[in-house]
Amino acid sequence: MNREDFPMLANDIIYLDNSATSLKPKCVIDKMVDYYENYSANAHRGDYDISYKVDLEFEETRDLVANFINAKDKDEIIFTSGTTESLNMIATGFFANLVDENDEILITSSEHASNVLPWFRLENEFGCKVRYIPLDSSYHVTLDNLKKSVTPHTKIIALAQVTNVIGDVRPIKEICKFAHERNIFVVVDGAQSLPHMKVDVQDLDCDFLAFSAHKMYGPTGLGILYGKKELLENLEPINLGGGMNESFDTPQQILLKELPTRLEAGTPNIASVIAFKESIKYLEKLGMENISNREHYLRKYLIDKLLRIPHIDIINLEADSGIVTFNVSDVFSQDVAFYLNKYQICVRAGNHCAKILKNATKVTNTIRISLAFYNTESEIDTLVDLLSNKDKIIGEMF
Amino acid sequence: MDENIKREIIMEHYQNPLHRYVVEDDNYIKVNTSNSSCIDNLDLFLKINNNIIEDIAFFGEACAISISSTSIMIENLIGKTVEEAAIIIQNFDNMINEKDYDKNVLNNAIVYNEIYKQNSRKTCAFLPYRGILEALAKYQKQCYNLCCKNEEQEE
Repeated sequence: MNREDFPMLANDIIYLDNSATSLKPKCVIDKMVDYYENYSANAHRGDYDISYKVDLEFEETRDLVANFINAKDKDEIIFTSGTTESLNMIATGFFANLVDENDEILITSSEHASNVLPWFRLENEFGCKVRYIPLDSSYHVTLDNLKKSVTPHTKIIALAQVTNVIGDVRPIKEICKFAHERNIFVVVDGAQSLPHMKVDVQDLDCDFLAFSAHKMYGPTGLGILYGKKELLENLEPINLGGGMNESFDTPQQILLKELPTRLEAGTPNIASVIAFKESIKYLEKLGMENISNREHYLRKYLIDKLLRIPHIDIINLEADSGIVTFNVSDVFSQDVAFYLNKYQICVRAGNHCAKILKNATKVTNTIRISLAFYNTESEIDTLVDLLSNKDKIIGEMF
Repeated sequence: MDENIKREIIMEHYQNPLHRYVVEDDNYIKVNTSNSSCIDNLDLFLKINNNIIEDIAFFGEACAISISSTSIMIENLIGKTVEEAAIIIQNFDNMINEKDYDKNVLNNAIVYNEIYKQNSRKTCAFLPYRGILEALAKYQKQCYNLCCKNEEQEE
């Protein structure tokens, strides 16, 4: 649906790597060009008209994002460079001051590197322990397994809402309820969920949420850090510099600004922030439920066809997202990706930044198809047709 | 070389590569070689005796081009002196980067003479050579250290 909105789709490609990054609708691209061509000034300097316009639009995006995820207060929305920076700010800026060697951090082996390495750093620096919630036979997190993994020492639960390889949707609301009854913080990596489903932070009651604009049909280089305001107040800025200070004189006399500016040092990614407004409006116009329904339909359509091919091993048969991970038996995943590339089909091969997932799945590398609403049945037919002939794959893989 | 013959050689070395196993022997130099742009990841094991490459083995996961290139490299380097190996590696590097090269020293490795047309595959074909270069550097360092030690003893 809505393919005509995406200039990239006019090229002769079949784009099935939407979990890596999504394509951008024309309204987003036009907005960036408009900013650079017509009012390319810095933010928060509003002494002249175009700078004032930048300020207004910059803050409008914050309002829209707050509304999009149903945050209580727009000050709970911090602009970062991406999910990675958001998660690092949460781990290092907030939790580094809170954890000690008695604390445990619960994650899973299917998390993306960005939701593993910042916690590993806390373990290395402060002696707290990273523990893993066991995955079930479908590599999903169940509430039951989570409950069994929680101990009196658990301080943080950090999970992706949707994982980028298995594509399972975690029961975040139930997890938050269980965790908060035990004074455990919940950090949610929303990189793969925000583009594809409705996320309401008040309903979930998560403490922090991190996500990226570029996976939401928005510009690259922009992420969001959401945190409950009372928690963000205690998040130490990692970057100090322009824009975030009220005044300073000596090292002992530094006065920082209030939220959210305090956590946004330096000139922000203005063009992306302004253009992200258009992505949010676009997603709201399409409706997150319509997007979800369309992607679930496409996934089912793809899975039904792949199941009929004997040499295809699907890793994540069950998943409520648009992610399908598989291998062609006895063919290296990258060779399959290279073969598909000859037909202008873009898929991802590898471990997809989830390097410890292999401990659970016993599979190191896979091919990942990640669907978006603009993909079509006919694109899937072309893909399936190419995958159905193993001799052709082997004959054309280099 | 005919395209079909090239393909046959690559497939043969991919499906039945030479010396694909782990070596646990202190007489071998072990290096890991991987491509940051893709997922090829190989361990190489190199044994040199009296300046001659006696054996090379490898183990790991990689694409058809990397695996076949490793096998063909092993076929070509065993029995060569360290200096001859260096010449072969340099010529292979020249070939995949469209520079002048001596095809006589490359033998079957000339099946990759058009790999430059597929930029993303160039690093795959060169992966084992990068590993061997590192192993040879380790060997030379070992020789140098041994030499220094002997001189100290003589003094």
